[in-house]
Amino acid sequence: MTRRLTGIPASFRRSFQGGFTRGVHRAAAAGLLAAVLAVPGTAALVAAPAMAQETPVRGGVLNSIVQPEPPTLMLGLNQQGPTQTVAGKIYQGLLTYDQKLNPMPSLAESWTVSPDGLTYTFKLFQNVKWHDGKPFTAKDVVFSTSKFLMEVHPRARAVFSRCESITAVDDNTVEFKLKEAFPAFIQAFEVSSAPMVPAHLYEGTDYRANPANTTPVGTGPFKLKEWVKGSYIQLVRNEDYYKKDLPYLDGITFRVIPDAASRSLALESGQVQQTQYSDLEPFEVPRMKALPNLTMTTAGYEFVAPLSWLEINHRVKPLDDKRFRKAIAYAIDRKFIRDKIWFGLGRVPTGPINSVVKFYDPKVTTYEPDLAKAKALLDEMGLKPDGKGVRATVKIMPMPYGETWTRLGEYLKQSLSKVGIAVVLESTDAAGWSQRVANWDYEITTNFVYQYGDPALGVARTYISSNIRKGVMFSNTMGYSNPKVDELFAKASQENDPAKRQEQYSEVQRILSDELPVVWLLEMEFPTFLDKRVKNANTTAIGVNDTYESVWLAK
Amino acid sequence: MLGFAQLFASRLVKAAAILIAIVVMNFFLVHAAPGDPAMVMAGEAGAADEKFVAQLREQFGLDRPILEQLGTYVGKIVQGDLGFSYRQQRPVWDILAERLPATLVLTLTAFLLALALGVALGTLAAVTVGTWADSAITVVALLAYATPIYWIGLMLSLLFSIQLGWLPAFGYETVGAGYTGLAHVADVAKHLILPVITLALFYMASYARLTRASMLEVRGLDFIKTAKAKGLSQGRIVTRHVLRNAILPVITVAGIQAGQLVGGSILIETVFAWPGIGRLAFEAVLQRDYQVLLGIFLVTSIMVILFNILTDILYGLVDPRIQVSQ
Repeated sequence: MTRRLTGIPASFRRSFQGGFTRGVHRAAAAGLLAAVLAVPGTAALVAAPAMAQETPVRGGVLNSIVQPEPPTLMLGLNQQGPTQTVAGKIYQGLLTYDQKLNPMPSLAESWTVSPDGLTYTFKLFQNVKWHDGKPFTAKDVVFSTSKFLMEVHPRARAVFSRCESITAVDDNTVEFKLKEAFPAFIQAFEVSSAPMVPAHLYEGTDYRANPANTTPVGTGPFKLKEWVKGSYIQLVRNEDYYKKDLPYLDGITFRVIPDAASRSLALESGQVQQTQYSDLEPFEVPRMKALPNLTMTTAGYEFVAPLSWLEINHRVKPLDDKRFRKAIAYAIDRKFIRDKIWFGLGRVPTGPINSVVKFYDPKVTTYEPDLAKAKALLDEMGLKPDGKGVRATVKIMPMPYGETWTRLGEYLKQSLSKVGIAVVLESTDAAGWSQRVANWDYEITTNFVYQYGDPALGVARTYISSNIRKGVMFSNTMGYSNPKVDELFAKASQENDPAKRQEQYSEVQRILSDELPVVWLLEMEFPTFLDKRVKNANTTAIGVNDTYESVWLAK
Repeated sequence: MLGFAQLFASRLVKAAAILIAIVVMNFFLVHAAPGDPAMVMAGEAGAADEKFVAQLREQFGLDRPILEQLGTYVGKIVQGDLGFSYRQQRPVWDILAERLPATLVLTLTAFLLALALGVALGTLAAVTVGTWADSAITVVALLAYATPIYWIGLMLSLLFSIQLGWLPAFGYETVGAGYTGLAHVADVAKHLILPVITLALFYMASYARLTRASMLEVRGLDFIKTAKAKGLSQGRIVTRHVLRNAILPVITVAGIQAGQLVGGSILIETVFAWPGIGRLAFEAVLQRDYQVLLGIFLVTSIMVILFNILTDILYGLVDPRIQVSQ
């Protein structure tokens, strides 16, 4: 209910890059280009042939949807999907990422990594100001990463606790020294992973109770003007934005529309010009795609790279037997799930790493639907059919995140019954679901988890034994444990040589695809619908959550 | 008049006792659901560690014994403090005060419209019983009563917003228009039309059916025959004799429904993105935002009690034979 769901066609990407280099940063282009080129790996992005067809114009308000309504816009304190979409315009991280997950400048103009992979030095843009007029400096970065986020942000805490020291070299330079090499570190500076917060408002206060939380002060191209709870959130242009002439838009209005059918009506009638993540149920997508005033893209979700799976509790028999899990995999048709339940959105996964994430390897054991193989595996386990043809009964608790997940539950019940696995469907709501999964009180559930740009950040956590922690969501709630897997994930997270890292991750993928700790269902894609008048939107790996500094509306 | 004052006072004393019981019951009911706000927020964040969940629990006061939590809560309520929503980072009272007017405007308008139209249509049907007018009213009422309320809402916005473009499909006001004074009232009124019609249709149908049935029953009673024999005009018989007696069951039902209107508007508020208290309640349930939920329960309980007292008073006014109870 509260999380949301990714990808961009090549033509779209090209036109973005055109806008990026030609229109957006005309003034700062030279400096920026130099900065980007200074980073190995990003040169290709800038060098790609790019032609923007139109010149950006200033003005106009973009209407979008925010659903559900965020509890707060203080991004450091809350990283829920809708919070990110809105607050991503207000707050900024040091970096953003292109759709191949290469780092790009955001608040940091350039950066260097020492050859031993232990020291990361960021040069910040000059003349950046907080929305209250105070200058943004290296001091804010040090406060945010070493104090604020360490206290309140679980993902950032896991990353920045690997730092030996975080120091401000001068007003515009920050140096992170790591205890040991951690190449995924460069993926950790996106706005929701490490939002920069103003030290002058938060230092020495009780962060969660700070009155400043209701009036977010960021550095982004948009400022909060008005938030009418239950109705809309209105953002307006930050006139003092540090990139000259940006943003183009006068403002962005996010409307709270709780009903999925009403959201599609709002898009259809032109009252909003953008929908994202799970704003629309997948079954609405084919109809909306046909509308002439809209374009749809699944790009812009590469950073989160959601992967959905059947989460299986290994503490319950016979689910602890890999033959049983393989039988389940053979009994279901994942192409059918993609085409008929998700209406073509997504890709059939091969293993634990989403194919848009680095170090993905397709050369692993795969599972095509095959009822005979499934039954043979169950026979081998000694699970013979009883009088009613039932070999085993399992409980499945579908994720309570909308109708599509309920339909998936019904499909699973039906397919598993064909090989003699009877399914009892359990229903719950979001709060009950997370409590039961976190406390291992389930047999099988559906779930999806974000990968955050690197296997060390978003993949390892659900398979390593050290992360079997009761009461904690999105940890290794399955209770899967394999010392070899633990070792490979640990080594790969500290390996500076990309080739060796690839070998280690490939081996992990081979082991996991054979042992099937979970049954991977879908590399999920979310549809982003945009009115054709909206230009330059959704151009990075964080798509709709990015600043929208260079988005413009054609007249 | 003294009777009324006495009645009112004694009812208020009883109401206070009932309210305390409601507060305690609601508290346990709400805490009986699996999951807590810390768990919900951890789930929403996409990642969590023990420290994060423990911090949230401590902040929400969920790490204390449940009776201690109850004591704290009741103590605050008695002082008129509805508590603090940590999720929204604001006092519950502020949140409710912001949402309550939108719901009251919507539901009271719909309620009054439904009552007026329903009684009028029901009367018309009863007077013209057996004719085409009666059949038409009966069929419309049956359809309006049987059709799911959200479906009517969606169909109305499909027709009037998407196809014809006459009325806004959702929201409370035009965002960013900055209207003031009369222009603002007109703007809100425009947004109000579709949700009010949708909500009113359902209640109108039940009042029309009830009025019709009740009038037909009263019409056959002896005192009506007497009135006719006295030579009273048809109009006077219908209004003074039949309707006045037939309206009592309608008041009973309307009294109950008025109390429920706040809760009953959840669907309307969801379909039309109306920023009211019904939706707030629904979200508070999903998010286990205990303080907000309890606050809403309290406010709606007070409304139910108030409407019950009002109904009793209305009874006495409409039919003086009904004793003001001691």
